[in-house]
Amino acid sequence: MIRTVGLTRHFTRNKQTIEAVRGLDLEIAPGELVAFLGPNGAGKSTTLRMLTTLIAPTAGTAEVAGYDVTRDRAAVRRSIGYVGQGNAAGHQYRGRDELMSQARAHGLSRRDARARTEELLEAFDLTEHADRPVSRLSGGQRRRLDVAIGLVQEPAILFLDEPSTGLDPQNRVNLQEQVRRLNAELGTTIVITTHYLEEADALAGRVIVIDHGRMIADDTAGALKSALGDLVSMELATTEHAQAAAIRADRIPGAQVTVAGTSVEVRAPFGRSAAPALVADLAAAGTPVTGLEVVGPTLDDVFLNLTGRSLRESDHTAEQTDQHEGEAA
Amino acid sequence: MTIEITERRGSAAGAAAVRRTSVHAAPVGIVTDIGNVFVRELMPVLRNPASVLFAMVQPLVFLALFAPLLPETTTGSALQWFVPGIVSMTALMSASFTGANLSEEIISGSFERLLVSPVRRSALLVGKSLREMVPLVLQTLVIVLAVAPFAFDVHVVGIVSGIAVLVPFSVGLGALSLALAVVAKDQAWVFWTVQQTAIFPLLLLAGVLLPVDGAPAWLQTAADLNPLRYIVDAERVLFAGDYPADTIAAGLAGSLVVGVLGLWVGVKAMRGAR
Repeated sequence: MIRTVGLTRHFTRNKQTIEAVRGLDLEIAPGELVAFLGPNGAGKSTTLRMLTTLIAPTAGTAEVAGYDVTRDRAAVRRSIGYVGQGNAAGHQYRGRDELMSQARAHGLSRRDARARTEELLEAFDLTEHADRPVSRLSGGQRRRLDVAIGLVQEPAILFLDEPSTGLDPQNRVNLQEQVRRLNAELGTTIVITTHYLEEADALAGRVIVIDHGRMIADDTAGALKSALGDLVSMELATTEHAQAAAIRADRIPGAQVTVAGTSVEVRAPFGRSAAPALVADLAAAGTPVTGLEVVGPTLDDVFLNLTGRSLRESDHTAEQTDQHEGEAA
Repeated sequence: MTIEITERRGSAAGAAAVRRTSVHAAPVGIVTDIGNVFVRELMPVLRNPASVLFAMVQPLVFLALFAPLLPETTTGSALQWFVPGIVSMTALMSASFTGANLSEEIISGSFERLLVSPVRRSALLVGKSLREMVPLVLQTLVIVLAVAPFAFDVHVVGIVSGIAVLVPFSVGLGALSLALAVVAKDQAWVFWTVQQTAIFPLLLLAGVLLPVDGAPAWLQTAADLNPLRYIVDAERVLFAGDYPADTIAAGLAGSLVVGVLGLWVGVKAMRGAR
């Protein structure tokens, strides 16, 4: 459904070249639900903007729904739905009118366009608000309208660029639920960018981690996390006990052990299954554990492990290239 | 296309996947494409007709404050001379403002949605520019109705012809304004700065408020290069019910120059939009 080969995009800014996306090779099959996860400025949105024909690649190729994004833009645009970072509906317009206009733009007959408009309004709980100016809708209502507009022609692929930014937690969960159902019930291929770890987790699809314009991981959230293993933190009575515990813990397959004073941290695949035997053995050896915590890995741990940085911290420090695509190369 | 009935409701946000209509999306011809954009552009006007008056505030104030100051001349009513200028000024203001709506759409995100939709870039520009005809007609009617009770003779044929002469100018200037908004992107202040800087010289050098006949040579030359000047001259004869072919032809030519140039620049700018 989507295939990119060496997809690259540079921006020139103050005579400096910013490599926003660097040689991305990507393959997404029909019906997949894919989240691009990465800090702001990682190149997620730039990638999405190339896939949706908004900007042309500097190098490399991309095919969406079987059409080349540079040579056959019109066909790509007919095949995709797009929910951008802003609002799809003009703020001076009414929701119903905007749905209608989008349907007509996709070549639906007036009758079909009207039927489709009413159907989408109902499906997204917007019927009551359809005749109010968009500027007077709440953030959640506007976002639902954006998604509805993106779905007008029943696109094979729906792209969503940071759709939950600015939504309250309740609306964010609703949106994720809709995205999942759209994927599950209609088989729509979905590509979503997010810098929220919780969102990538909640969507429970494939996660492509992007950093500095490169893909650094590509798997389901579950697989990415389980590869990292659980974190078992133990407290012991003395530093000698801690040393003894570390030696015992090191026998767990794949374990990485760190000792700090009387604390021992063990990162190990299936750590939660190994922990009970570890605690029992240490008690039998006369070096009992006085405190224990087992934490499953988060996607932030995955990101930290891959880049040495926390995704939450990167959010504040990364260059905001995504927002400033001023001068094209 | 298969038809699926998945009636499921209940979750807080409703059932996203409901699908009953079979959707026959199809490529759209360029004329329909332009028509769709045009119809969309009219929606805010249709839903809120008073919005058309927004661009008229300045011309109506000018009309109210200047008209009483005009001297009565021996050659005819000063109002008769002044009103066609105000009509032209309204067209200038209204069309040059139109990019502001696009600026707003660029900032809010709806323009991006249109760019990703199958609508042709050229249709976006042309459809949006053609919208200028609507405020042009409505605003001229408002002005004529406002001055009709005073020393102003209504020549219907002349007024209709006057509007017709202004159409290419309005559409072309609208296109230029849209081009400016596209180039300014989300920096709306760039749009306003250029728009404000451009319209006043155009206005003053067209002899809308004062005649430029007695002006120094350099000012004359500048005025001679201003297409709006010929348009205003043509509007004056038409609104007076006179039909001298050369004046009208010059006005129409000036208007067409702006129209063609505007659409050409506009389409070029829109093709580069992203």
